[in-house]
Amino acid sequence: MKPPPFDYYAPDTLDEALALMAQHGYGAKALAGGQSLVPTMNFRLAAPSVLVDLNRIPDLSYIRLAPDGGLLIGAMTRHVQAEKNPKVADKHPLLHATMPNIGHPQIRNRGTLGGSIAHADPAAELPALMRAVQGRIKAQSARGSRWIPADDFFQGFFTTALAEDELITELHLPPLPAGSGWAIEEVARRHGDFALVGAFAILHLDGAGRCDHVRISLFGVGDGPMLATTAMGVLRGEKLDDEAIATAAEAAAQKDVDPPSDVHATASFRRHLVNVLVQRTLTQALARAAGQEVTA
Amino acid sequence: MSTRYIGKRMKRNEDPRLLTGRALFTDDVHLPGMLHVAFLRSDYAHGRIKGIDTSFAREIPGVVAIYTAEDLGDYWRPGPLLVPPPPVEGRVFHARTQVPLARDKVRHVGEPIVMVVAESRYIAEDAVEQIFVDIEPLPAVTDLEQALAPDAPLIHEDLDSNLAAHIIQQKGDYAEAVEKADVVIRRRFYYDHGVAAAMENRGIVAWWDGKAERLTMWDTTQAPVVIRNGIAAMLGLSESQVRVIAPFIGGAFGPKIMMFYPEEVLLPWAAMQLNRPLKWIEDRRENFMSTTHERDQIHWAEIALTKDGKILGVKDEFIHDSGAYDPYGLTVPINSQCTLLGSYDIPNYYSDMKVVFTNKMIVTPYRGAGRQHGVFVMERLLDLAARELGMDVTEIRRKNYIPPDKFPYNNEIIYQDFAPLVYDSGNYEPLLDKVLALIEYEKFIKEEQPKLRAEGRYVGIGVVSYVEGTGIGPYEGARVQVETTGKVNVATGVGTQGQGHFTSFVQVVAEHLGVDPKDIYLVTGDTDIFHWGTGTFASRGMVVAGNAINSAAERVKRKILQMASQELEAPVEDLVLEGGFVRDQRHPESFVALKDLAVKANPLRGAVKADAEPGLESTAYFGPERGATAFGTHAMIVEVDPETFDVKILRYVAGHDCGVMVNPLIVDGQVRGGVAQGIGNAFYEKIVYDDQGQLLTASFMDYLVPTSMEVPHIELVHTETPSPLNPLGVKGVGEAGAIPVAPLFVQAVENALAPLAELEITEAPISPNRLFELVQEARQKV
Amino acid sequence: MSQRIPITVRVNGVTYQREVEPRLLLSDFIRHDLGLTGTHVGCEHGVCGACTILFDGQPVRSCLLFAVQADGHNILTIEGLAPDPDHLHPIQEAFHDAHALQCGFCTPGFVMTLKPFLEENPDPSDEEIREAISGNLCRCTGYDHIVDAVHLAADKMKEASS
Ligand SMILES: Cc1cc2nc3c(=O)[nH]c(=O)nc-3n(C[C@H](O)[C@H](O)[C@H](O)COP(=O)(O)OP(=O)(O)OC[C@H]3O[C@@H](n4cnc5c(N)ncnc54)[C@H](O)[C@@H]3O)c2cc1C
Ligand code: FES
Ligand code: FES
Repeated sequence: MKPPPFDYYAPDTLDEALALMAQHGYGAKALAGGQSLVPTMNFRLAAPSVLVDLNRIPDLSYIRLAPDGGLLIGAMTRHVQAEKNPKVADKHPLLHATMPNIGHPQIRNRGTLGGSIAHADPAAELPALMRAVQGRIKAQSARGSRWIPADDFFQGFFTTALAEDELITELHLPPLPAGSGWAIEEVARRHGDFALVGAFAILHLDGAGRCDHVRISLFGVGDGPMLATTAMGVLRGEKLDDEAIATAAEAAAQKDVDPPSDVHATASFRRHLVNVLVQRTLTQALARAAGQEVTA
Repeated sequence: MSTRYIGKRMKRNEDPRLLTGRALFTDDVHLPGMLHVAFLRSDYAHGRIKGIDTSFAREIPGVVAIYTAEDLGDYWRPGPLLVPPPPVEGRVFHARTQVPLARDKVRHVGEPIVMVVAESRYIAEDAVEQIFVDIEPLPAVTDLEQALAPDAPLIHEDLDSNLAAHIIQQKGDYAEAVEKADVVIRRRFYYDHGVAAAMENRGIVAWWDGKAERLTMWDTTQAPVVIRNGIAAMLGLSESQVRVIAPFIGGAFGPKIMMFYPEEVLLPWAAMQLNRPLKWIEDRRENFMSTTHERDQIHWAEIALTKDGKILGVKDEFIHDSGAYDPYGLTVPINSQCTLLGSYDIPNYYSDMKVVFTNKMIVTPYRGAGRQHGVFVMERLLDLAARELGMDVTEIRRKNYIPPDKFPYNNEIIYQDFAPLVYDSGNYEPLLDKVLALIEYEKFIKEEQPKLRAEGRYVGIGVVSYVEGTGIGPYEGARVQVETTGKVNVATGVGTQGQGHFTSFVQVVAEHLGVDPKDIYLVTGDTDIFHWGTGTFASRGMVVAGNAINSAAERVKRKILQMASQELEAPVEDLVLEGGFVRDQRHPESFVALKDLAVKANPLRGAVKADAEPGLESTAYFGPERGATAFGTHAMIVEVDPETFDVKILRYVAGHDCGVMVNPLIVDGQVRGGVAQGIGNAFYEKIVYDDQGQLLTASFMDYLVPTSMEVPHIELVHTETPSPLNPLGVKGVGEAGAIPVAPLFVQAVENALAPLAELEITEAPISPNRLFELVQEARQKV
Repeated sequence: MSQRIPITVRVNGVTYQREVEPRLLLSDFIRHDLGLTGTHVGCEHGVCGACTILFDGQPVRSCLLFAVQADGHNILTIEGLAPDPDHLHPIQEAFHDAHALQCGFCTPGFVMTLKPFLEENPDPSDEEIREAISGNLCRCTGYDHIVDAVHLAADKMKEASS
């Protein structure tokens, strides 16, 4: 399990990195935390001819407040930085609650937020979170830069909207709507494993107690992070009680997903878990929206 | 007997080296000019090799040599049969052993086809990618029952079926038992045991020193002496020209004993061909594909009982998966056949076992070595019987335990050591009582569980018992020597893989010689230092090697006392050994140092008496007449999430009796480590091959070894029933903890989920997914 | 191909200058180029934790870094923790006292993971300890004795600093 050969560049600036990506095109890959890329190379399942190491570019690692009250996070920000950052705990409790679910402490010390998004593992937390919060991804190349909404970014199995020469430089997580409730739940075989199934829920109630905003985002159930659109439709405009939640969960499981089978779980078990986790997350989110303390 | 060192919770001598990163493991060996080896292994489970093209690989700079089966010439031959089948009447057994490199045909994924030697492992792997093997795929045999179907593809085409062995053993007359029985219960059971997944993968360094004409081999083997003898014979060398060193080994648990792994055959040969030291370190992917496994058995088992729950007889027919070859004979299925009888007085037993070849990796013992399979069947049968008869699970066990006055207890069948299965000693009820008291069984059933259930929680309890045949022969040996410095040297042939031999063996010597354990230096697993022995397996290190050391130390002590008696002019009875001195108890001012006696025992002038060995040294051997049977009872309380079917272990109590404990601290560690592996086996770990024989779980992402979050705190209870079969009174403990966990786990889970569905779990491992399915099935039945 | 890159790395307080091929894993560099074989390799895909080292003070998998990436960085391995087997670090002492190792192959990874953990959490609960070591597999001990050792180490470290 030794990686195949490649040429290595460690640019000190983003511009240099972008130039290298432009120059080497298809065979080049960015090296961020390496926590997904290096194992794949050690198994010789990936053989990039050029690695552009982003670790020496100083200004890609930061967590800032965005003008809209959300967060702007540099692509090379390590998982551990987001996990322990007081701004995150304060401004984005859902991101804060998500971080400990990713791998193990040693993995989070190296892994980056940008890397998790670019890698687009269908069972990973952060891509699904980005869809739940309607985040945006900043893609930059020597040609220029663009913001890609998370809903358009993830395009299939380990596939994204990034062009060959583009790098992710920043993530934008808008704030959760004031007074909204949120939750994340996942089922993994062992602590720290990728989830068999996971779910995010965010919801907001209007003055009359009807749901005027809801996002349910699922991971581990398809070839990328998925929105439970039917379930969201069931809830919108409704008063939320156990029955409404159960109906939505059932819709999510039956209509919104077509999960895969693998050595860890069958499609029908995953479907069942979607039902369970959507109920659990909605119930918790509802409680939070009602101002209750929730211990998950 | 009051003891100074035996029975003490002594800290381990080997720890400081290990803790500071200074202990030598095989991959730490670095020799000048060393080359590195990688293998091209079969991607197909079954197929015919049509051609091999190594030309591109040979062009890669840094590639030194490439070998196929053809290049081996006469050196190519199938391995020996490591363990012949037991002498049971009417047995069928076909030995088909593994080959160094596949020729003509591949029989499992991971079977080596081409060996590459290069300047680095990186380059060797580059070369492997550039070798093209043309294989015509054949249909693969992966299912045990289908392996015996008349139209099944043949794995060994010279046989007329995939049957590797067939053995029937019986005691009494089962048919009679059925006639007298009030209840007969029959079920199909499926039990799958996983792989050892020791943290250190296998590895070999081989070095041919042309000037000295000696081959030195560092090998992660559990049996260095046996490997040395075999390698010498194969290479046409004298045994004294070959030195095999099993240095520190990062866990073994069974699979690190094989005779031979292809790599063990190839590395020394190629090192001689190339006249360069060679290193091969298995990677984790190779470990999953090409280190031996343990796997599944299918049983159709039946139990006959009276209506008050007394067992009249048991009948079992089962199929065991041997994998593509069977070099380890029948050790694993014989263990299943014998251990099934467990702690119970079973007058009639009929067991029919079939062993089949499949297109999967070879099966050899892994911690428990087939015992788990038998224990699972028996314990489940008792649980089903208890349910049918409305009895408590502990009551039915208590009722059928072999009573203490029936030992030695003869089961009248043949065990893996070819001796009749006779339990040496045991006293099962006191241990059960201790376990039940600690876990508060009554209170849980009567108070806790009803209360928690009323709160909507799914909690359950389980209790199971088992025995473990340990410490079998043939023999081990040891040499104990007091040096002229007063320090003591101890050497034995067994290797050590974390069992704490550097401490427990030393305790035995310190006990006799009264020297500080820090002054005792132990060497294990180096054939230049000690070259008799068989290996560390079947929980036999302490029993067999420990007793050999005990006996050698006793003899040295006798020598010391005789010399000291002359020296101090005092009768032997008055002398004591302590602190490196022999002292006359009656005249405390009269003493002599061991180091001075050691000098006198090896004089430069004058004659050593004709029949005496020089020096304060002795070598002794120990071969038990048969194995010592340890036993145990474990209990656990679990909580099941009725929606996700995740299982949380709330309490775990392991009760164990391994006779006299030389070092209870080490015993605790062995039992806990075993339980952790058992938990893995019950709920997390599973080797999955698809129906083409592709291995789907060849990484730690897919083969789920439990972490600190899955293994709970394990509470321990011990009793000590000494073995009458050896002077120390010890029994083995290496495998015990792992044996009963799966039946315990499913019993507790069934109990927890009882309000949700009446489950009958007849398989292991289980998983949340499987529980979900079982609950659905049970509900559909209602 | 065969690009070779000069690097300067500080390991256990010693500065090393070497030329490496980009693909050389940091774990192999430490073990085979520097001869510091106390760092072990159990999986080379980031799960077992045996290869854990401190990279600028933080525990990371050395099998998931390339040696070139260590250029200019500071590394601590198990060999750098105690001067010799007679003078153990309190964590090592505690592992010895509590029988927290059997084969010892996983041990360097656990110890390196725990050093910064205990420095940041002088008084951890069982739960916190189990979480902290959940990225390190041990096949021998069943973890119980390791958890005991961590409590013991915490006490020893407090004593030493008071
Ligand atoms: C044992 C283990 C357990 C894990 N468990 C989890 C888990 O539970 N949940 C989870 O989500 N993840 C898990 N991971 C993966 C981990 O979170 C990875 O760190 C993450 O998925 C990728 O981030 P990285 O920075 O390491 O990226 P890298 O591995 O460096 O890169 C991954 C991919 O993204 C590309 N890339 C990286 N950065 C950029 C960028 N800025 N622009 C463009 N492309 C880029 C790379 O070229 C590569 O193709 C686990 C990993 C391990 C080893
Ligand atoms: S060897 Fe690095 S995590 Fe296993
Ligand atoms: S002590 Fe052997 S793996 Fe941990």
